[in-house]
Amino acid sequence: MTGKRLWSWLAVVLGGLYFLLPLVGMFDFSLRMQRDGYSFEAYRIVLTDAQFQQTFGYSVGLALLTIVLGILIVVPTAYFVRLRFPGLRPIVEFITLLPLVIPPIVIVFGYIRIYNTSSILPLTGSWWGTNILLLFGYATLSLPYMYRSVDTGLRTIDIASLTEAAQSLGAGWSRILAIVILPNVFVSVLSGAFLTFAIVIGEYVFAALLNVNSFGPYMVWMGGNRAYEPSALAVVAFIITWACMGLIQLFTRFSKFSTVRR
Amino acid sequence: MAFLDIHHLEKSFGALRVVKDFNLGIEKGEFVSFLGPSGCGKTTVLRMVAGFETPTSGAIRIDGQDVTAAPANRRKIGMVFQAYALFPNLTVEQNIGFGLRVAGEGKTETAKRVAEMLELIGLPRLGSRYPFQLSGGQQQRVALARALAVRPQVLLLDEPLSALDAKIRVSLREEIRRIQRDLGITTIFVTHDQEEALSMSDRVVVMHQGVADQVGTPFEIYNRPATRFVAQFVGTLNLLDADLMDAAAGHIRLGDVPVALNRTLPGRVGDRISLALRPETVALGRREHGSVVLAGHIAEVHFLGSVIRIRVTVAGQLVSLDTFNRPDRPPPAVGTPVEVSVSDRDLLVLAA
Ligand SMILES: Nc1ncnc2c1ncn2[C@@H]1O[C@H](COP(=O)(O)OP(=O)(O)OP(=O)(O)O)[C@@H](O)[C@H]1O
Ligand SMILES: [Mg+2]
Repeated sequence: MTGKRLWSWLAVVLGGLYFLLPLVGMFDFSLRMQRDGYSFEAYRIVLTDAQFQQTFGYSVGLALLTIVLGILIVVPTAYFVRLRFPGLRPIVEFITLLPLVIPPIVIVFGYIRIYNTSSILPLTGSWWGTNILLLFGYATLSLPYMYRSVDTGLRTIDIASLTEAAQSLGAGWSRILAIVILPNVFVSVLSGAFLTFAIVIGEYVFAALLNVNSFGPYMVWMGGNRAYEPSALAVVAFIITWACMGLIQLFTRFSKFSTVRR
Repeated sequence: MAFLDIHHLEKSFGALRVVKDFNLGIEKGEFVSFLGPSGCGKTTVLRMVAGFETPTSGAIRIDGQDVTAAPANRRKIGMVFQAYALFPNLTVEQNIGFGLRVAGEGKTETAKRVAEMLELIGLPRLGSRYPFQLSGGQQQRVALARALAVRPQVLLLDEPLSALDAKIRVSLREEIRRIQRDLGITTIFVTHDQEEALSMSDRVVVMHQGVADQVGTPFEIYNRPATRFVAQFVGTLNLLDADLMDAAAGHIRLGDVPVALNRTLPGRVGDRISLALRPETVALGRREHGSVVLAGHIAEVHFLGSVIRIRVTVAGQLVSLDTFNRPDRPPPAVGTPVEVSVSDRDLLVLAA
């Protein structure tokens, strides 16, 4: 009994070290910019860098837009598939998983081929077009996470009865989605949203190939040209990701009403 | 024409005919129950009236208007579900006010109506709670208030009490009936509980395999069942096999015992028929006038409290009868020879 316990503890400790040591090393390194001991000099330089602020701001904005677009696409789709076409569920699920299977580089080359300047829809030719293309691309990348979490959320409520109750009270589809369905899957939508946020913030391939100055290419450029700042940047990115995860937990815990009990 | 008119309604799912030639007229303010066993199509008819299901053929008219093709959200029909279906993200007040909000009603007007409805269902202080903070009975009251707040033309309830325990079921059904009377709202109530249907309704529709077997007042349904199914499904019933001896004179034979019914019966000599009689119409002992008297002996005695149910073997068949408990007279012992009597009018003849 005690022997078994010892082994499981050992496994946990080893696993923990495996994940934590590189982080500790990176953090340690990021603090050593000045010869005479630890300092946050690298962080100061990174955070005050105009380019950092500009690319980071851009990526945050884009991430938020991606989330909105993702919600607009995924919530009605998942809802109608569950309500009206349950037979289509495996197919839709498969489609939403495709971005995990097809490498982003393939997707973005596809985009460039279809929407290049000599095509019918020359999106890559203009600033607006490129941004829209990037937004749509990111929405695609977010599909697997968004769809899964929203679908799981829909499973916990009786959408058929709620829909019928709302209909008999005079509500149409848009109202049912906005004031009955969305609020009840909001926690699930949020968890999908935070994952999307984390993905979009650090994304490199799409941005680089579409020639957009977002946070991902900035991090890579930094990594190629500086010594201490990239470590500081990595720690910052890491904290952002973990903050997202923490927020998911927080929102799940403190949602005002429980959808589980009925 | 009736206020709610269901006209030759049919519904098939694939090859399965679930509702067959269903006709019904409901007057304004009437309370009608659909009673029938599981799977007989009660919910399907109700959902077609509500607009959640499209009829295969037939028509539904409300107040003279054909609504057969109208979408559910334009029908002005209130619906109460077995599983309550309250919106979990909205408070009780917001739930009740939902329909008014959708209709674009003003804030003060809505608040006034919501308070009125909370008063009506007897929960004036629970307006700010969420559904999960309410008991099942309270949730169903809120669901009723939510359906009624928009002043629908028709109220539909699909087994609203089945998820509740027995005590609350009885008190809530009385309350539903009171509210329905107060508001004078035309109501269809679906149930598979005959006591519910008989005690609440102006009229009962007994459904069987997608067909409305009989439509009538609870009194008619119980005392004059039109079909064998209705007779068996509603209430407890003794069914006895008998042979028809003389249809015109009303002579039959129960085993070896000849019985005179003194009325003309359908069928021909030698036909096998079923005699149906309610336990409460059979009396122990000989009654003088217009009664059929049968001899037998006591087979079982069940003491149920205020009522004693006794089974008597008559001509080789069991007949149940109910007598009231009387403290000064203990029930007869098993095996005692007895006579039972029943008025010939209470002996219903069903085709076998
Ligand atoms: N969407 C559907 N697709 C196929 N068959 C259905 C559908 N809805 C109902 N049925 C079938 O129609 C028949 C009647 O169903 P319905 O729900 O109306 O019965 P019910 O009288 O309400 O029964 P219960 O008392 O169990 O609620 C059943 O045999 C059922 O299997
Ligand atoms: Mg049903």
